[in-house]
Amino acid sequence: MSEPLGGLLAAPPSIVAAGVEVFSAALRDQGTAVTHVDWRPPGFGSADDLAQLALDPRRAPANRVAVERVLAAGSVLVDVRPAREVLDLPDRLLLHSGPPLTWENASGPMRGALIGACLFEGWATDVEDAERVLAAGEVALDPCHHHRTVGPMAGVTSPSMWMWCLQDPATGAQAWCNLNEGLGKVLRMGAFNEEVLTRLAWMRDVLGPVLQQAVRSRTEPLDVKAILAQMLQMGDEGHNRNRAGSLMALRELSPSIVAVDAPSSDIAEVLRFIGGNEHFFLNLGMPTAKLAMDAARGVPGSTMLTVMSRNGTEFGIQTAGTGDRWFTGPANTPVGLFLGDYGPEDANPDIGDSAIMETYGVGGFSMAAAPAIVRFVGGTVPDALATTERMYQLTLAENPAMQIPIMGFRGSPTGIDVLKVARTGWLPQINTGMAGRVAGTGQVGAGLVQPPQQCFEQALAALAEESRAAS
Amino acid sequence: MNPRHVSLRSGVYADSVRLMQVSREIGDRPGVSAVLVAMATPLNLELAAGMGLAPDGDPKPDQLLIALTATDDAELTAAVAAVEAALAHREKAGDAQTIPPRTIGAGLVDAPDPTLAIISVPGPYAAAEAADAIAAGRSVLVFSDGVPVEQEIALKQAAHDAGVLVMGPDCGTAIVSGVALGFANVVRRGPVGLVAASGTGAQQVSSLLDAAGVGVSHVLGVGGRDLSAAVGGLATLDALAALDADPATERVLLVSKPPAPDVAERVQQAAAGLSVPVRSAVLSAEQPDLTAAVEALLGDLGVAVPEWPSRPGTADAVPPGAVLKGFYSGGTLADEAMLIAAPVLGDIRSNTPLRPELDLGTDLRARGHVVIDFGDDALTVGRAHPMIDPTLRLEAISNLAAGREPAVLLLDVVLGHGSDPDPAHSLVPALRAAGLPAVVALVGTEADPQGWSRQADALAEAGAAVFASNAAAARYALSLIGESDV
Repeated sequence: MSEPLGGLLAAPPSIVAAGVEVFSAALRDQGTAVTHVDWRPPGFGSADDLAQLALDPRRAPANRVAVERVLAAGSVLVDVRPAREVLDLPDRLLLHSGPPLTWENASGPMRGALIGACLFEGWATDVEDAERVLAAGEVALDPCHHHRTVGPMAGVTSPSMWMWCLQDPATGAQAWCNLNEGLGKVLRMGAFNEEVLTRLAWMRDVLGPVLQQAVRSRTEPLDVKAILAQMLQMGDEGHNRNRAGSLMALRELSPSIVAVDAPSSDIAEVLRFIGGNEHFFLNLGMPTAKLAMDAARGVPGSTMLTVMSRNGTEFGIQTAGTGDRWFTGPANTPVGLFLGDYGPEDANPDIGDSAIMETYGVGGFSMAAAPAIVRFVGGTVPDALATTERMYQLTLAENPAMQIPIMGFRGSPTGIDVLKVARTGWLPQINTGMAGRVAGTGQVGAGLVQPPQQCFEQALAALAEESRAAS
Repeated sequence: MNPRHVSLRSGVYADSVRLMQVSREIGDRPGVSAVLVAMATPLNLELAAGMGLAPDGDPKPDQLLIALTATDDAELTAAVAAVEAALAHREKAGDAQTIPPRTIGAGLVDAPDPTLAIISVPGPYAAAEAADAIAAGRSVLVFSDGVPVEQEIALKQAAHDAGVLVMGPDCGTAIVSGVALGFANVVRRGPVGLVAASGTGAQQVSSLLDAAGVGVSHVLGVGGRDLSAAVGGLATLDALAALDADPATERVLLVSKPPAPDVAERVQQAAAGLSVPVRSAVLSAEQPDLTAAVEALLGDLGVAVPEWPSRPGTADAVPPGAVLKGFYSGGTLADEAMLIAAPVLGDIRSNTPLRPELDLGTDLRARGHVVIDFGDDALTVGRAHPMIDPTLRLEAISNLAAGREPAVLLLDVVLGHGSDPDPAHSLVPALRAAGLPAVVALVGTEADPQGWSRQADALAEAGAAVFASNAAAARYALSLIGESDV
């Protein structure tokens, strides 16, 4: 027979206490081990809603299911194809990052990227024409997330762009992302000049087809999740720093790339392009995270986030327990470091689907893994460790596949719990790039940002309402 | 035109983030108008050109570009030196900043094999913390009051399903394997397990057992509402079962105010099915006395009932027609005093009355026989429990003396962990100033931090009659009033 009350009566207890310090002091006087937690009144949420969710008997098993699905999801690279084929996109539809958006409330970089995409697709003859077409609603807009897709920064994906096709080998589920253009003046940052359009055309005509042949020629599909796991042990956090991941992807793909039947000058250009782009891997990491988070969609009673995303105007989140519903608030503007002589006044509010990395538990959540970029977190290695420590208190699990060496190889903090966010009052930490607020500018810097609290307030209230309805 | 410096260096590498940070640091110098310290990648060269700081020649991406303009040559030289210094600067890795856990759930991860959680956060937030402990398979003591009853039921049901115990809410007293939690006395260890829906009741019983040389195995508090019809004794039943399975427990005493009748029956049935004998000390008009229950238990154990410790008072003359004023910090002890006194004195008004029509409301200065529980939730909102903060009760004593109503003062003083470290210190001057005949039920043991005899001597010195048994104290007060024939 097991001991009564889990062994409570078998030996003097060791204790975790929250609240009045006097009681903990009295216990210490008796020689009892006490961990006194730094309890604070919840950051938001009504006491009734918090208790409703805390006591919902569905919550613990639902969150366990949700997080197990996240941890179980794999990700292998199975193909590279034009978006038109992959997504079965109707003509004159553009995907964008973040929650749903209209041309009217689109920010500068989002407008820039939409304009660039219209020019690239030949739907407009010049910038003014593109603005007219978009303002008139002749091109429909839809979030990437509505199509099992993620896009960094503006995330604008048009039918002619090529996409990474990733698959969970266990379930067959798929997720997609466009190809990374590199740094500086790039469409995803809102730039749309001739240089941008020329590069996009080359990516369409050379890079995409070469990668497709290379990927299809492999005997074993590339295990992208394995690369992501290795990156964390090589100084990348997988969102703002993808250097090791990009090199590993290049190492894995190059034998197949050089074997592609194409002019050697094209092959050389493809290898040079990939080798010169430290963010090449980001567009493989993002759909890997997307596959994992999509696996946890639709688990009633779960308070876990499945999406954090921003469109340059609004920040939006979704939870496993509330399906496809968006909870949104005005996007904050990142704080960080700037390129050249750009400054804070040049930065657009937070933009991009790339916060899927933090939703999955890497990026800002695994800040401790990337000492080379900890200065984004406020300066020091100890600050980076503290950031990851805080994120452990917001999450449901440690991902054993994503280990952080400096944390003693603890798994990355995974599965953001809306209830824990409310109770601690700590918001998720996101590492991000910064786009110029004026359409056409491109990247101006990189830094840190947090979601607006009101997204979580809305999600908490909706989850509590759903919980009441179910009980 | 401002002086400019543009140079390229080979064999120097710094991470782009570090370089952006250096650029910002140098750019913040008042004499510097533009700065770019970066690896000479095509993107950075383009940025430099945009700033009018393009280097000559054929820069390579693995070269470090230092480009800046300043208001004068001196500042330019200083700024370039500052770039050198900034690039050379090395941070100490330092120790990891520890992030204290914010919730019980996070604390459970950090602590080494914790077995119990104690929660004393504001009531509306207690359920979430308690739920963390239950989810982790840990028992929990909820000291907080003001937890809605439906949350209490949900917590106790979840705990039952998880095979752990929720003590409380509003559980002030427990002793687990000799460790006193919340308000509890330092008592010897022994064969008697207590299940208590009453904190001060448990303190009275365990202290008397200790005075008789009998120890306790565990004191498991269940909260004052556990035996209500709504909660249905969920924690009491689990606590009884756990003590039954505990090798250290040979007898169980159930201490409570009167339970709901059907709950009492359920508990009785459960108790009858256990292998360990269970006796109940349930206060009621028929069984008004915790001391008597302890004495009966001692009889069961074959232990002689000792003379309970006391100190005689200086026996102030009690004026005829004096009324009883019971000023209590413990609700169960107040109940016990009323149950003993009511058959003798008749109606006693109270903020926790025996019958609803005797409710005192908020009028703590009412005349006639009155017993007040200063530990009642309505009187502890926004202040500490009277066992820690005596202010309200001292004020009532002073008001009573000023009101000149002839009266006998009956008080409890509860010692032990968590309580006022020296209650006599504030009470003695108040009693001296009041000049009223006073009787004190001093609940505690010699081993308590305050020391029973030390406190008793001080109170007796001030003229009060002191009893270790609350029942004895109440009866003595009645005798002073002239109702000694009880």
